[in-house]
Amino acid sequence: MSKGEIVSGCIAPHPPHLVYAANPPQNEPRSSGAGAWQALHDGYQKLQKSLDSKDFDVLIVHTPHWKTRVGHHLLGVPQFSGLSVDPIFPNLFRFNFDLEVDVELAEKICSAAQQRGLEMHMMRNPDFRVDYGTITSCHLAHPQWDKQIVCISSGSTHSDYSNESGELEMLALGEATREAVEKSGKRAVLLASTSLSHRHFTSEPADPEDPEHEYIYNSNQSAWDEHVLGLIRDGKCQQILDEMPDFIEQSISECKEGALTWLLGALGVPDYPAKVYGYGTVIGTGNAVVEWRGPKQ
Amino acid sequence: MSVVLGFVAPSRPQLLLAAERNDGWQRLHDSFADARQQLADSGAELLLIYSTQWHSIIGHQMQADSNPRWSKVDDDFHDLGTINYDLKIDTDFADSYCEAAQKRGLAARTVNYHGFPVDTGSLVVAQLLNPDNRIPIGIVSCNVYADRGETLVLGKAARDAIEASGKKVAVAASTSLSNRMYTKAIDPQNDKIYSQKDDEWNRKLLELLEEGRLEDVSQLARQFATEAHGEQRMKAMWWLAAVMGETNNYNGKLFGYEAVYGTGQALLSLCPQHSSSQLFEYDEDSSETYQGDRDILSK
Ligand SMILES: [Fe+2]
Repeated sequence: MSKGEIVSGCIAPHPPHLVYAANPPQNEPRSSGAGAWQALHDGYQKLQKSLDSKDFDVLIVHTPHWKTRVGHHLLGVPQFSGLSVDPIFPNLFRFNFDLEVDVELAEKICSAAQQRGLEMHMMRNPDFRVDYGTITSCHLAHPQWDKQIVCISSGSTHSDYSNESGELEMLALGEATREAVEKSGKRAVLLASTSLSHRHFTSEPADPEDPEHEYIYNSNQSAWDEHVLGLIRDGKCQQILDEMPDFIEQSISECKEGALTWLLGALGVPDYPAKVYGYGTVIGTGNAVVEWRGPKQ
Repeated sequence: MSVVLGFVAPSRPQLLLAAERNDGWQRLHDSFADARQQLADSGAELLLIYSTQWHSIIGHQMQADSNPRWSKVDDDFHDLGTINYDLKIDTDFADSYCEAAQKRGLAARTVNYHGFPVDTGSLVVAQLLNPDNRIPIGIVSCNVYADRGETLVLGKAARDAIEASGKKVAVAASTSLSNRMYTKAIDPQNDKIYSQKDDEWNRKLLELLEEGRLEDVSQLARQFATEAHGEQRMKAMWWLAAVMGETNNYNGKLFGYEAVYGTGQALLSLCPQHSSSQLFEYDEDSSETYQGDRDILSK
């Protein structure tokens, strides 16, 4: 068996708004097409095109909306289908999903992470409802639904202990993910399902897609987003990690859930620029669609 | 009519799915029998639940599906099995609560969607306090950004709707006390409150509640949350205090207090009484309305 590899590592944010706006047949609500999230839609189109040109077997997604406190969990049932209703934006996201899980690879990640001392669990209950973050990121990055997925929950070490200890865990989980992919012989695309700055407005306009009401929560949030995107464009990922605890605290970043650090850990902390396909706000939060072409060589 | 009875209620799935695995879980589970009796004796016609595990971002959500039916698997404790539910919701009350909240300036909406995922905390309370849908229930979400002022307004709006309904209503706040949880798998037999300090704070809080001093607990919520890792900043106490009238005039009755995976879980009731005139103090304002978080500099 040849050595597996990560062929692409992406930031793939999961606002259900973006699925809603695209009106796929799987989603029940229909959007107006008013265009509030066009930049992100266009960014995802570019990411889709890039992934379509790549040969890969599996999408591995780290999701903030499967929140676990007893360590990190992975889906361990081969197939899930059903209706996913977003508990926060049920008016926008009621999605009929049908997906397959690469349980073998999930188990390999689980044991590689256990060997690094992390608390890991496989989720074997077939009644489990796959979280909407996973479904959204997978759909937006690759709407064909023709690849198996691996889904990793977000542990709570950042909240339960400290940002610094959470970061160490996520780097280790990323390294474990890379090691497992390499041993599996598979070609994997990694999706860090996360926003950047993450303060939402707590009210919604009559048409949620009305662009007049869509802007960043405040200028502190956009300053942080611009700064982090600058580092991404410059290939300064180690600096992102160095500043991550401040980014998390000062912009209430969703990176607190660990997805971006997991991704950077899996990619060996890239020192080369990523492609930023798009940046935009969703209900005040900052979101970017980004792709690194693979691990640092 | 108004609130005839209030509960502080636990929120963990072990109580529904695996009580027999730990003596304390079983005791807390069994203590619901007395609480159910008190609820029946109160004549309450509706049970309104505020659940700290139903998070919202767009204001406040009121469950308005007359019959939510689905299954729930806990994010962490999926190995314990599946909670199947089939609930009876008072949809008229959901509508009037939503309107009352909007009248006080809150962003609020009802949710009525097939397959909407009801949270574990709501299900623990609904199924253990009100099995077989003996009376209809209401459920309201916990906005993750709402702080004390907004949460008090949400509680007062519930009171407006309860008064307008003409019904006898019981209210329940589904919340952990100390919320520091074991972050590695434990043998249920070894469960205990995560730290002595958490345990001491929990006991102090329960002592005040047993004396009926709900408003004092509401005033202490921030400090408790800081010291004992209170769940969602203990905002459930703000909501409960506001909906019950912001006083210390209750008869408190503790049914049970136990550790579940390190967290503090208690079942306690508060029955309004009108004879007491205990002294208490308000350290913070009590807002009547809310003005939102858009364009705040121009307000
Ligand atoms: Fe999110």
